[in-house]
Amino acid sequence: MSVPVLVFASYADAFGARTVIVPVPVPCTVTDVITAMRELPGGHCLPGKVLVAVNHVYARPESSVRDGDEVALIPPVAGG
Amino acid sequence: MTVSTHDALIEIVGAPIDLARLVAHVQHAGVGAVATFLGTVRDVNDGRNVTGIDYEAYQPMAEAEMRAIAAELGAQWEGLSVAIVHRVGTLGIGDVSVAIACAHARRAPAADAMRTAIEALKVRVPIWKRERYADGEWTWVDSTRSSGSGEPG
Repeated sequence: MSVPVLVFASYADAFGARTVIVPVPVPCTVTDVITAMRELPGGHCLPGKVLVAVNHVYARPESSVRDGDEVALIPPVAGG
Repeated sequence: MTVSTHDALIEIVGAPIDLARLVAHVQHAGVGAVATFLGTVRDVNDGRNVTGIDYEAYQPMAEAEMRAIAAELGAQWEGLSVAIVHRVGTLGIGDVSVAIACAHARRAPAADAMRTAIEALKVRVPIWKRERYADGEWTWVDSTRSSGSGEPG
């Protein structure tokens, strides 16, 4: 089982991809996804607290991730 | 629930922004004031000479967040009309990265909403920028690590 996770900007550079396939069983939590990503090549780039969006909405660490959800890691934003 | 008179114009675009199009969108007969904001690429940030900025967005979520901001503004100032357009891709010095237009019957709500919109955009809309410098280096701007404010405009 795995979850595809969208990554952007500095995170995309670190993981060397725009989508990272994260080996974690679903359903799980946002924290489970982040914990698994820290073990992947490039995962060392992630700060202590990582913002995650599920289906285009900012999610809490304990929020659920289910099969088919669109999960994205959101680096510190810098629009404007 | 406040019903907005006009749907907000919300876009992430890859081409130069035409402010006149935003103003035309928010204008209608009941409007007495239009407040506009342009964010532009400047040539120095944190003491380094900037030659350009590459902007990247998580487009569907960025547009959803911008739409949510517009809805919140509309709930706070009844009768407000809003347009927010952010550009992505490679921008040069002086290029417009973001444009906002807020229109209302009165000037104070128009101006306050415009200021609230840009401040909200900067803290919650998933857009990133990579600054390119005169010495050939580049970096993703991260206000959580920067010593300065990281304010681009």
